[in-house]
Amino acid sequence: MTREEIFNGVQDIFRDIFDEDGMVIKNATSSDEIEDWDSLNHINLVSAIEKEFKIKFALGELMTLKDVGAMVDLMMEKLKL
Amino acid sequence: MQHLEHPLDVNKILRKKKSIKKCLLLQDDLIEKNIAILGGSTTSELKNILEIFLLKNGIKPKFYESEYNKYYEDALFGSDELDKFNPDIIYIHTTNQNIIKYPESKDTSEDVAMLLSNEMQRYKSIWNSLSKFDCAIIQNNFDYTKDRSLGNLDCYDIHGKTYFINKLNDEFSLNARKIKNLYINDINYLSSYIGLRYWFDPSLWYQAKYAISMESIPELAFNIGKIISSIFGKSKKCLVLDLDNTCWGGVIGDDGLDRIHIGTETAISESYTAFQKYVKELKNRGVTLAVCSKNDFENAKEGFSHPESILKFDDFTSFKANWNPKNHNILDIAKSINIGVDSLVFIDDNPVERDIVLSQVPSVSVPDVGSDVVEFIAHIDRNGYFEPISIADDDINRNQYYEDNKKRANKQATFKSYDEFLVSLDMTAEIKSFSSVYLDRITQLTNKTNQFNLTTKRYTTGEIDTITLSDEYIKVYGKLTDKYGSNGLVAVSIGRIENRTCHIDLWLMSCRVLKRDMEFAMLDELVNKCKDQDVSEIIGYYYKSSKNSMVSDLYEKFGFELKETSNEDTVWKLDISSYENKNKFIGVSND
Repeated sequence: MTREEIFNGVQDIFRDIFDEDGMVIKNATSSDEIEDWDSLNHINLVSAIEKEFKIKFALGELMTLKDVGAMVDLMMEKLKL
Repeated sequence: MQHLEHPLDVNKILRKKKSIKKCLLLQDDLIEKNIAILGGSTTSELKNILEIFLLKNGIKPKFYESEYNKYYEDALFGSDELDKFNPDIIYIHTTNQNIIKYPESKDTSEDVAMLLSNEMQRYKSIWNSLSKFDCAIIQNNFDYTKDRSLGNLDCYDIHGKTYFINKLNDEFSLNARKIKNLYINDINYLSSYIGLRYWFDPSLWYQAKYAISMESIPELAFNIGKIISSIFGKSKKCLVLDLDNTCWGGVIGDDGLDRIHIGTETAISESYTAFQKYVKELKNRGVTLAVCSKNDFENAKEGFSHPESILKFDDFTSFKANWNPKNHNILDIAKSINIGVDSLVFIDDNPVERDIVLSQVPSVSVPDVGSDVVEFIAHIDRNGYFEPISIADDDINRNQYYEDNKKRANKQATFKSYDEFLVSLDMTAEIKSFSSVYLDRITQLTNKTNQFNLTTKRYTTGEIDTITLSDEYIKVYGKLTDKYGSNGLVAVSIGRIENRTCHIDLWLMSCRVLKRDMEFAMLDELVNKCKDQDVSEIIGYYYKSSKNSMVSDLYEKFGFELKETSNEDTVWKLDISSYENKNKFIGVSND
C-alpha cells in the first residue's frame, strides 16, 4: 500500500464518521479545522482506522498525533511500509 | 437495513451511523419517546447507536444523557433538566467498573455480606428514587471482570470477584421480579455471548472511559433496543414456518413420512429436532405459531404425525398448506389470527420465498436465515423478535410486589440532602502550587477541557513550565480523592498578578468532579494565596465558547461582582478583604 492509498482510506473514514461525502483532508488537517472532531469523535476515527487497516495503536501514541499527516505517518510505520 | 439484524455488521454500523440515521428518519409513523441515559461510564457512542436501533423499530428517541459517571447523583438528587425531560425510559448503564469495593482476602463472611448489602443499597436507592417518574427503568446487571486473581477459585470462594458479581446479579434479578417497571439488561449474558476478551478494551477505558469495547457497543445498543421495543409493545406475536427443509429435513410430498429427517437417528435429524424444540419453547411461553407452506394440505399435516416430531398439528393456530403464493398466505394468516401483519416473523429456507414475502409484504420480518437449519435458532433468538417483558402468570405477583415495595421504600435509607451525600463521600483534596511532576497533566487539561473552562486558554508545556517558575503567577492544581478512590488531578487555576490585582487567566475543572464543591475549595486556596502576596482584588473573566455555557454564572456563584459585559463575554471582580471560605465538605491539604 502506498501512502496515497492509506491517505485515501483515511479520507473515506473521515467522510463516513463526519457524514460529509465531499470532505477533503490534507496532511495538515487537524482537529482545529473540523468542528465535530472532538475527543469522542477522535476515538471513533481511531477505532475505525484500526478496524479498516487491522492495526492497533498503543495507548500513548494517540496523544501525540497533531494532524492527519502525523496519523498517516504512524500508520505507515505500523504497516511497515 | 439487513446490517441492523443478526449477525450485526458492527463495523458498518459504527462507521456509517450518521447516514444510516438519516435514512431511518425518512420512515413514516415514528413514535417519539424520551430516553434518559444515566451512565457510570462514557455513553456518547452508545447513545448514537441506540438511536439507530430505536429508529429501526419505529421509535424516534429524544435523549437525556447524564454527565460522565453521574448516574448516582442524577438518580438520587435529580436535576431540573431531568425533571423537565420527563423520561419514558431511564436506562442505567453501569458495569463492573462501577462496583465500589470487592471483598479482600482478610474479610470474613460477615464482611462480604456487608459489602454486598452496601453495593445493593446504592442501586435500591437509585430505583426507589427514580420511581417518582413512574416510567420503565432498564438496569444493566454486571459483566465479569476480565482478570480474576483467584483463578478458578474466584467463582466459589467468598473473596472472589466472580463470586461477588454472581451474588449481585442474583440480587438484581430478585429485585427486578419484585419491582414494577424495573427491567434487567443482561450484560452478563451479552458479554459472554460476545466473549469477555472482546467485550472490554482496557485502552479504550483508559483513554475515553468507555466501559465496553467499541465493537460491543452496537451489540449492547441492539440489546437495549429489544427491551425498549418490547416495553412499547412492538414485539412480534406469531412465528410463521415453512415446512420442508425448515421444520424437517427432506420433502414430505416426495420422500413420505418415513423418510423425512426428524428425531435423533442422524445428525441432520437432530438439528431439525433442536429447531422444533426451540419453536415449542416459544409456543409454550405464548408465541403463536403458524404454517405457510407450498404443499398438499394432507401431506403437510401428516408430517407432524411423525412419532419423533416435537411439534404437533395442534400447536399451530393457523395452518396454510396450499399452492398459493406465500405473500397471499401470509396475509391470510394475519387475518385469521386477527393480528397485524407487522406482528409476523417468517422463517423459510428458500431465498426466493423469503424475497417474495419481504418484497410484497415488507412489514413482515423475514430474517435472512440461509438454508442451514443449524443457523435458524440464532436468527430468531438474537433478533429478539419475541422479547417478552414478563410472562403472563407473573403479572399477578408483580402487582402484589409493587404494593409491598412501596411500603419497603419508605423505610429505605437514602440521603436526605445533597449535603449529606457530599459528607458521605469523605472527600479530601490536595491543592498546591504547580510542580514539575504534573506539567504534562496540567498542560493536557488546559488543552482538552472545554466545558468547565472559563477562558478556554490553551497552554504549551513550555508556557506552563515558565508559569510554574514565575513569581508573577498564582498557579494551583487540585487533586480530589473520595471514598471510592482518587479522581486524579482535576482542577487548574492560573492567576496573573499585576499591581495588587490577580487576573484569572485560566480556571478549569474536569467534568468528572462536577457538583462536588471542588471549585469552592480551589477558590478558597486561590484567595489564601492572594492574601499571602498582598493582593487586594481578583478579576475573573468568562469568555463564551460553544461548549462552556455551564460556567457562565460561575463567578456570580463565587460572589464576584459583574464589571463589564461585551457580547456574551463577562468580567467580574472580587474584593477579597471580607472573603470567607466557601468549601465545607472537602478536607484540603495545601503548600
